[in-house]
Parts: sequence; C-alpha cells; structure tokens
Amino acid sequence: MLSVYGTELSSRLMLGTAQYPSPAILADAFAKSNAGIATVSLRRESGQDRAGQDFWSLIQSLGVQILPNTAGCHTVKEAVTTAHMAREVFGTKWIKLEVIGEEDTLQPDVFGLVEAARILSEDGFQVFPYTTEDLVVADRLLNAGCEVLMPWGAPIGSGLGLNNTFGLRAMRAHFPDVPLVIDAGLGLPSQAAQAMEMGFDAVLLNTAVAKAGSPADMAHAFALALEAGRAAYLADPMEPRDMAAPSSPVIGKAFLS
Amino acid sequence: MKEVTVIGAGVVGLCVARQLVDRGATVRVIDSGGEAGEQSCSWWAGGMLAPFCEGESAEEPVVRHGEEALGWWQEKTNAVETGGSLVVSAQRDRADLKQFARRTKNHRSLSRAEIEALEPELPDGIQQALYFETEANLAPREALSALKTGLERDGVSFETGWADPDVLASDGMTIDCRGLAAADAFPDLRGVKGEMLIVHAPDVTFKRTIRLLHPRIPIYVVPREDGEYMIGATMIESKDSNRASVRSVLELLSAAYALNPAFGEAEIVEIGVASRPAFPDNLPRITRNGNLIRVNGLYRHGFLLSPALGGMVADLVFNKNTRPEFLYDYSD
Repeated sequence: MLSVYGTELSSRLMLGTAQYPSPAILADAFAKSNAGIATVSLRRESGQDRAGQDFWSLIQSLGVQILPNTAGCHTVKEAVTTAHMAREVFGTKWIKLEVIGEEDTLQPDVFGLVEAARILSEDGFQVFPYTTEDLVVADRLLNAGCEVLMPWGAPIGSGLGLNNTFGLRAMRAHFPDVPLVIDAGLGLPSQAAQAMEMGFDAVLLNTAVAKAGSPADMAHAFALALEAGRAAYLADPMEPRDMAAPSSPVIGKAFLS
Repeated sequence: MKEVTVIGAGVVGLCVARQLVDRGATVRVIDSGGEAGEQSCSWWAGGMLAPFCEGESAEEPVVRHGEEALGWWQEKTNAVETGGSLVVSAQRDRADLKQFARRTKNHRSLSRAEIEALEPELPDGIQQALYFETEANLAPREALSALKTGLERDGVSFETGWADPDVLASDGMTIDCRGLAAADAFPDLRGVKGEMLIVHAPDVTFKRTIRLLHPRIPIYVVPREDGEYMIGATMIESKDSNRASVRSVLELLSAAYALNPAFGEAEIVEIGVASRPAFPDNLPRITRNGNLIRVNGLYRHGFLLSPALGGMVADLVFNKNTRPEFLYDYSD
C-alpha cells in the first residue's frame, strides 16, 4: 500500500473537485472513481468568514481524505497564506503546493516552489509540491522537506498525457523510493495506465473527469485504467526488442527448412 | 377565492405571483426591500434566455423549460431582445469551441466572414463562432418592473418588511421565494457567488449576447439599452455577496477588452455582486409542508426557470394532489 508522510493511502487515484457541472455530479464521479483523496482549491475570499463552507462540507461528506491546494497562487507569499488558511479550514497538515510561474502553460515557478516548500515544511506542513520532471528541482524539494513529488504530465487542463516520457522515466529511476504522483495534463485513461506502467505511484486528475460529457463514467474508466496499469507494473513487463520473437515453441522444428 | 402570500419579490416570487393571479388567486407580495432591488439575485442577472448554451453544462430540464421561457417573457414584458447568441473562442482555445458545439444543439458554425457580417467588431483572432440564432436576452430590471406593474394593476399589493414564513403559513397559504435568505430551511442549499459589471460603452456596437470561452476566464457580454453592456459573471463557491474582488473585476474587464478594445474607453456604471442559491444538482426544488410552499435553488437560471416553476407552484396551490416535476420531499 502506498504510504505518504506516514499515512497509508487506500487508493492510487487523487481526484480534483473543480469544474464539475454540479456537486451532485462531482459526488457521483467520486463514487465511481474509488479515489482516496480529494484535492480542493481554496480561494482566499472564500476563506474569509468561511463563506465557502457549504461547498467544503459537500467535499468533506465524500468520505475521502482532503488535500487542499494552493491553485492560482503566483507568489510564495500567496501560497503560504493560502496554505495556512487551508490548514485552519480543513484541519489537515497536508498541502498540495502550487506556485504558478506562467499564465499560459500554468507551469510551476520552481524557484518560488522550493522556497515555499521550505517555509511550509519548517512550519509543520506536509507538502505535496506540483513540479516539473526536472531532477535538480526535485532534489531541492526533497532537501526542503518534501517526502512526495508531483511532476506534471503536461500543462494543467491540456489533456495531452505524458509529454516527456524520457524525463519522467529518468525521474522514476533517480528517485526509486520517493512517492511520485503524476499531477496534471492527463486526458485519457490510457495515459493514466501508461503512468502506472512506468512505475509512478499514483495520479491526480481533475479536468479529464470534470469536463468529460459524463464525469462519473469517465471516473470509472480511469479507475479501471489505474488498476490495469498498476497490475502491469507489478507483473514486470517484458522488455521491448527490435526483432520478432516467436511465441510458439520452435524446438523440434527444422528451422533451416 | 384563494388568498396567497408570496415572500420575495425577485424573479421567482414575481413569476409565482403572476401565475397565481392568472388562475384567480388574491395575492400579496412581501419583500425586505418592498420590490426587486439590490437585495435580489435577479437584479444582477445576465438575463440571457439561452437554454441551448446553458445545456452545455446544465441538466436537461433547464433546456426544456428554458425553451418555453422565451415566449412567456415576450408575452409578459417588452424587455426581450431577440438576435441570438454568439459563442466564440480565441484560436488557441478552439478545442473548447469544438467541445461546446458537440454538447449543445440548435446552433450553426460561422466562418470569419459570417462573424464579421453579424458582429464586425470582433477581433481577427476570432475565426470561428457558434451562432444560437433562436436565443434571446432580456433586461432583468425592466422585466422585473414590468411584472410588478402588471401585478399591481391586477390588484396585487406589495409590502415592505420581513415576515417569518412559518407564522404567515399558520394564517394561510404562503410561498417562500427568498432564495439564499431561506438557507436555514434547507440543509443543502449553498451560495455560488457571481460578480458582474455594467459599463457604458457607446463605442461598442455588439448587437447580441457574446460568450467568450476561455479556460480561466469565461465571460459573456450582453447588450443593454443606451450603450450599456453587462459583463459577467464569476462563479465562486461562496455565500458571500458583500463585495466584488479586484481579481474578479480585473479578469472580467480584461476578457471584455480582449473581445473589443473599445471597452477600454467605457465607463463603469455598476459593479454588482450576488450569491446564487443552488442545491447539489444545481436544479431547483419545491417543497411543501401544509400551507407553506417553498421554491428555491434556481442557481444561474432564474429567468429561464421561474415561469415554469411559477406554474408548478400554482398547480400545487390549486390542486393538492398534483406532483410537479421539482417537488422534493426531504423525508424521502
């Protein structure tokens, strides 16, 4: 079972809670996904006087662990403030840390990310950083106190899948013992299966499910894909090779004929 | 003669009153402001009668009842502008437009030349659009005012004040149409905050509702009378309706400016905030307990759904055995 910051996770799927047509459809999607963690973004204004409490109560009633995030934060200060608010609202030390560096690709500002990760870790948070596949940044994040890394597959909401499989494979090989979660960019179950086949520990989805025509059915499809991909990884897949390898026995055949 | 008290003079309350009066009831309307105003969600509405566009994310009943709403508003008010709605995206977000087209009906795709024929001011970057020709929009405040005037003419009294629905119901048939102010009566009613602007932009000549699809800042621009435009609206899970945030206003205005740089010269007339009452499925509910009927949760579909819901409430008032579509029993 996957363990992060000493907590065992019942599922390898983390599901976001934004952009669904309605909270009822969101709840259906969670039921069909078997997701064990729900990520929730916290807008600062909703935290004031707990004006967003009704929606958070709906999320809390899903019966899964809550991973608040700092989505939409562009500076270290914003991210740290939002993290503190999230800790108060949800009563958890977990924080999915996003520090956005660029509006069009929503790619992380890795410099701000490392700085915010250090500040929050020292303050007792358990940080889940949204990062790139860059090995040096990954190393800095681990040094800053992170015990899990969340590299992107592709830009948030793009549905492009695993953009840099070479980089992601290198990351997996370089950090064999660090829980690695593919966060962002997945659009199809096959892409999630691919991530699991490559040995990633979990995936985080939002748009792919929320923006599907039928979110609950898509959530179910992703659940099946994760199961298949994980099982394939554990089964130790064969190595690809250049030439055909006959699948029927050749012994006893006159192979020169 | 049926005597009925309606609490709330927003779009729901007024439509309920209208439908009741049309069936012969004697009606009085109570509202904390005496009439629809800043305290009403519908005061700040976009007023889009766009059931097919809404169908992209709303459930089927919204589309079905929304289709009927256009004729109803045309019959009851002069506030309706036909002319359709235009859904556009920047080239780089054309995947969103393609998906929107797939998930909606009653539209046709326009080429750049056709877009220019309809709305010549849309920037070159907008190469494709979906045209929902049968959709319309109405001026919400005019529509609310027209309904009130018509009701007063038919003998309906409007009173300013606040009254406990349970107390009123002990005296006679009472319809609670207070929106989010009735949250204590529903365990699962929540608020979805919306921020909007009204600008005076005489240099802009958009003739119809324009919806801009955008991954972060989807907006719509609705033409109003006298060179004014409504720009809306944010969707934030929050029951707060005190103030608009700088971020929201910046985003709405930036997106409008991208649609037409002439918005840069506009004057800001109003910045509005309201929180829309919504249930978990974002569909409305009617509840009934003795003499007290409550209607709530119209979310962003007040003008689309209120005519139909008014009819359903009137059915319930005049025939206890009916079971309207949105009747909800919390004990079930």
